[in-house]
Amino acid sequence: MEYIFEGKAKRNTFILMGLGLVLLIIGAVANMMGHHDGESHLGQRIGQRIWTSVYVSGFFFFGVSLAALFFLAVQYAAEAGWGVVFKRIMEGIAAYLPIGAVTLIVVFAAGSLHLHHIFHWMDPELYDPASDHYDQLIAHKEPYLNQMFWWIRTLAYLVVYIMFMRVFRTRSLEEDAMSTDNEKAVFIKNQTLAAIFLVIFGYTSTTFSWDWIMSIDTHWFSTIFGWYIFSGMWISGMVMITLLTIYLKSKGLMQFVNDSHMHDIGKWVFGVSFLWTYLFFCQFMLYWYSNIPEEITYFKARIDDYTWIFWGTMAVNFILPMLLLMSKDAKRNAGFMMFVGCIIFFGHWLDVFMIVSPGAMGPDGTVGLIEIGSFISFLGIFLFVVLGALAKRPLLVKNHPYLQESLHHHIN
Amino acid sequence: MSKAIYALYDDDEIMVDGAKTILSKNVRIKDVYSPFPIHGLEIVLGIKWTRLAINAFLYGITALTLALLGMSYFMIQDWPMNIGGKPSFDLYQNLPAFIPITFEFTVLCAAHGMAITYLIRNWTLPGVKARNPHPRTTDDHFAIEIDLSENQGVSAEDIKTILQETKPVEIFEK
Repeated sequence: MEYIFEGKAKRNTFILMGLGLVLLIIGAVANMMGHHDGESHLGQRIGQRIWTSVYVSGFFFFGVSLAALFFLAVQYAAEAGWGVVFKRIMEGIAAYLPIGAVTLIVVFAAGSLHLHHIFHWMDPELYDPASDHYDQLIAHKEPYLNQMFWWIRTLAYLVVYIMFMRVFRTRSLEEDAMSTDNEKAVFIKNQTLAAIFLVIFGYTSTTFSWDWIMSIDTHWFSTIFGWYIFSGMWISGMVMITLLTIYLKSKGLMQFVNDSHMHDIGKWVFGVSFLWTYLFFCQFMLYWYSNIPEEITYFKARIDDYTWIFWGTMAVNFILPMLLLMSKDAKRNAGFMMFVGCIIFFGHWLDVFMIVSPGAMGPDGTVGLIEIGSFISFLGIFLFVVLGALAKRPLLVKNHPYLQESLHHHIN
Repeated sequence: MSKAIYALYDDDEIMVDGAKTILSKNVRIKDVYSPFPIHGLEIVLGIKWTRLAINAFLYGITALTLALLGMSYFMIQDWPMNIGGKPSFDLYQNLPAFIPITFEFTVLCAAHGMAITYLIRNWTLPGVKARNPHPRTTDDHFAIEIDLSENQGVSAEDIKTILQETKPVEIFEK
């Protein structure tokens, strides 16, 4: 029943990391050779592009693992029985959180040290009325958007999330080791913990979306932005749970996951895709309708300069899952789910790219070797950490009060 | 005129076990009456998967097309409306404004279409005479219906003997 992470699988994750790095370097070199004008800004522009690609992929995979932690907490808070068989997968994905947090901190610290300009507002001259770069609109945001307070918030989010993740993971093994007569004890403690986490997550998912993503387009604001970012993370997390389960099932493990479980997780992928579309469109339509210059800049930059990616994410993340995952047979077909899942997963990475790049790169951002290389590298690191975490414990929990219900889960 | 034998049960699990026993004796069950859906029963009875979902999809597609065609006629061709300074010259430019209405109309038609199809297919429209064999199958009892014309090889007496083994509360003919 245990997954052993070695040999080919381990080597493949290293190959992914290496391949990504090589692509990134080739991309950077090709980019340097291609441009001969403006030598002095060249290094800076390449640097900015590499940092942006690292941030896009770093945040995306951080979001995947955070979504898994969120879904784990939802399972407890809702007393959901069916999903217990996926619990170890969720814990495994959540185990990437510390690495994801380190990635974010590295990018943020580089921003604070002015190694890149993804976060335009970190420039202190913007707040100085005597300076040429003084920006009244940004200066007005100083009580909230100053580096000190921002760093305190950032570190607080990350520390709190990692703490919750560690407690959930530790208690999961405690539950395995417990005697069967008080099997509910850990479950009830986890339920309280999950409720507390969900309240904290509910507020902080919105505020970290402002702090980490919305602050890139410093002048712009959207109240539903937090939900939009969160729904993108959630669907990526659900897809990752599905893909890992299908992979482990193909290795002959996790045979306790039956068609009904796969059907239900497929419904989640389908449903959360709609949630994402709803929030995407909800944000877009209100701005489109009112057409106020200060609000429409966000969409103008994306629709004009990133036309294909902007509408492409809509096609890949909405129309594709809607048409392909509608039927019952499609959700129960592992190969088909794997295929569609991989496309949606990449589609949501593209969505994060579309959110970050126009603010960080201006109209020049493209998906080239640098961005793809960065994605592949992070995929390698992510899989290395997650598969390693999965191998450390049995794939099925013991003594969970809903375990039997989950094992006998059957729907039509 | 076909004649049917009914066995009435007071517990759904006894009824499902009874259905399994009856089928194992090569007696065909025409239908089962129950006040609520019973998990796994359709597999025991070998009932084919419903095509209601396909209907729903067709109703939805029809509604989507109708809504878009309708709005492009009302709002763009017949009497161009300028709401909030939005251009109203072609469907593509106005599409975001039409999406919510299109969505609602799609849901409305799919849901009503499904409900009406279901009622017609089961012939349970309002005003239609109830066809359940025993009034208590809408309360707390369950009935298995065996059509004699479907079971030519087995005599009515044999069927009753088989039914008696499955612990029903009552056996009756209609």
